[in-house]
Amino acid sequence: MSIFADAATRLVIQGITGREGSFHARQMIEYGTNVVAGVTPGKGGQTFEGKVPVFNTVADAVRATAANTAVIYVPPMGAAAAVIESADAGIPLVVCITEGIPVMHMSRAMPFVRSRGARLIGPNCPGLITPGSRTKIGIIPGNICSAGRVGLVSRSGTLTYEVVNHLTRNGIGQSTCVGIGGDPIIGTNFIDCLAAFEADPETDAIVMIGEIGGTDEQNAAAFVREKVTKPVVGFIAGQTAPKGRRMGHAGAIISGSSGTAEEKLAAFEAAGIEIMRRPVDVVTLLEKARQNGVKT
Amino acid sequence: MNLHEYQARTLLKAVGIPMFDGDVASTPTEAEAIARRIGGSVVIKAQVHSGGRGKAGGVKLARNPGEAADEAAQILGMTIKGLTVHKVLVVPAAEIATESYVGLIMDRETQRPVFMVSSAGGVDIEEVAAKTPEKIVRLPVDPTYGLYPHQALSLAFALYRDFAQVKAAAKMIEQLYRAFIDNGAALAEINPLVTTPDGRVLALDAKIVIDDNELFWRPDLGLLRDDSAEEPSEAAARRANLSFIKLDGNVGCVVNGAGLAMATMDLVKYYGGEPANFLDIGGSSSPEKVINALKIITADPHVKAILFNIFGGITRTDDVANGIVAATRQFKVKVPIVIRLTGTNEAEAIRILNEVGMTALSDMDEAVQRAVQLAREGA
Repeated sequence: MSIFADAATRLVIQGITGREGSFHARQMIEYGTNVVAGVTPGKGGQTFEGKVPVFNTVADAVRATAANTAVIYVPPMGAAAAVIESADAGIPLVVCITEGIPVMHMSRAMPFVRSRGARLIGPNCPGLITPGSRTKIGIIPGNICSAGRVGLVSRSGTLTYEVVNHLTRNGIGQSTCVGIGGDPIIGTNFIDCLAAFEADPETDAIVMIGEIGGTDEQNAAAFVREKVTKPVVGFIAGQTAPKGRRMGHAGAIISGSSGTAEEKLAAFEAAGIEIMRRPVDVVTLLEKARQNGVKT
Repeated sequence: MNLHEYQARTLLKAVGIPMFDGDVASTPTEAEAIARRIGGSVVIKAQVHSGGRGKAGGVKLARNPGEAADEAAQILGMTIKGLTVHKVLVVPAAEIATESYVGLIMDRETQRPVFMVSSAGGVDIEEVAAKTPEKIVRLPVDPTYGLYPHQALSLAFALYRDFAQVKAAAKMIEQLYRAFIDNGAALAEINPLVTTPDGRVLALDAKIVIDDNELFWRPDLGLLRDDSAEEPSEAAARRANLSFIKLDGNVGCVVNGAGLAMATMDLVKYYGGEPANFLDIGGSSSPEKVINALKIITADPHVKAILFNIFGGITRTDDVANGIVAATRQFKVKVPIVIRLTGTNEAEAIRILNEVGMTALSDMDEAVQRAVQLAREGA
């Protein structure tokens, strides 16, 4: 098993004929993902590379192919509308890769997504990958991943690759790797992923990669302390980042926090999360967890 | 993108928010003329993207136009937290009865614009929030429906007892919400919102931050950007589509992805070095971006070694290699370069580098340690 993406995934790609969309469509198909449809308004009836039918709307794609997951490679100004379209078509899992969406657009999209009972991952994220079922939704390079029992959740893109690469090179496989995205408003947060990994019988340990800014990591740490029985290993990027880049008084007032690395690491420590000082430390810390009686 | 106080004033005035008279000046003569027009005592305020202007000597009282010229001459050209003052705002030295706070921010937690108001406004508002959070009244707004009149009224009742003042404040709160939405703001703040001894309600100081992602389709807002208010290297980087922050160390860093860039800086520090910058060349990195990145980093005389840390995903490592080779042909890089690259098209990248006698490492820790060592030797 895994979380969010598996052999039952039937993927529709929004923006399949665009530059980014077509490149990554090929990569996802090559990896083994079950891509059942593409959507580009005005290009309905065409076929992508002789394999994937293209539709004008997501609703058409769902009717014809029973797609159950959508991935979005639409440019920033139309991306939030694409999220809404997929949720409106009844797609339960929507993954938005697009970077640069105005925050106000997401603020309007999120209540709609929730009202349809859909889950959004992203935006501005690398997506997710389940190596065991060869299911890749997004842009995480498939060749650095390997199947196994460690779940990984991250706010970052390339830093995720760095950590996954250490895992794979040291024989530690992954159940699912999820990049939740770095934007102020995202559909799925650390806690959602931690809860899913905790419930997944095929995940034995969890790696969590955070960054400075906001309070998501602190909230996640509190969740780990109360609800997570599996070992968690964590990293916070930005310990040397300059302080004082701040947004008026309101930023500090609203969260009661400055979102520094120290604050987040202290929250990790209090929650019993093993802290990686360097990305490579993930290997020894998971090994330690395994020796303590947890299979990885 | 931060706006100056005088720019924020213009946007708030445009939606009808009442403010004291005032204008912006670039020279002491202009400041004097504005002071003469206003009449009486005025306050001269430095226009820089930094808090604590008053404590740094960037806000001064002038009792007449002559003093206004003198104070403006002192403030113009001064440096506050590394930023040079190019403009001053001249406003009347108003008599104030009360100071309140009205802020509107796009909140991560509720994923909505959230109003925060307090009758205890002024420079110590953060202390008020930390020590007496009950004095801050919050209200999340669903942007699909907008701010309802009763919501604005309830916020205003938290500020004033006098119903005329409540109505005036409620109107301003609605206007602030409109300015926030119309300008794609991430933050809009009036601090303080004041009452005068004769009972009027006015905005005394304003702050607006625009969501950078709005600028793509709002070139009119982009025009408000003040390049001279930024660190010059950061302005140059932004024009080259690079995300760059200058720091004080001597190891220059070129990385793809913000998270990996921060982790690289952290690792430089871990191995005893000091990063000279944060630099994210982004996802689709053309050779041109690498050339621009190297130009900006080598312009800093403190940099004694340059570290490339590239994990190819969307980024093709051969593009980066081509950029490094092209840059070193275009101009002489006088400090050693350590290159770590792995991922997409790695073999081709290594071939390109080897052809010109350069090598690449595949391990991040090894590359960082070497760059730190070389920077130490070069210092």
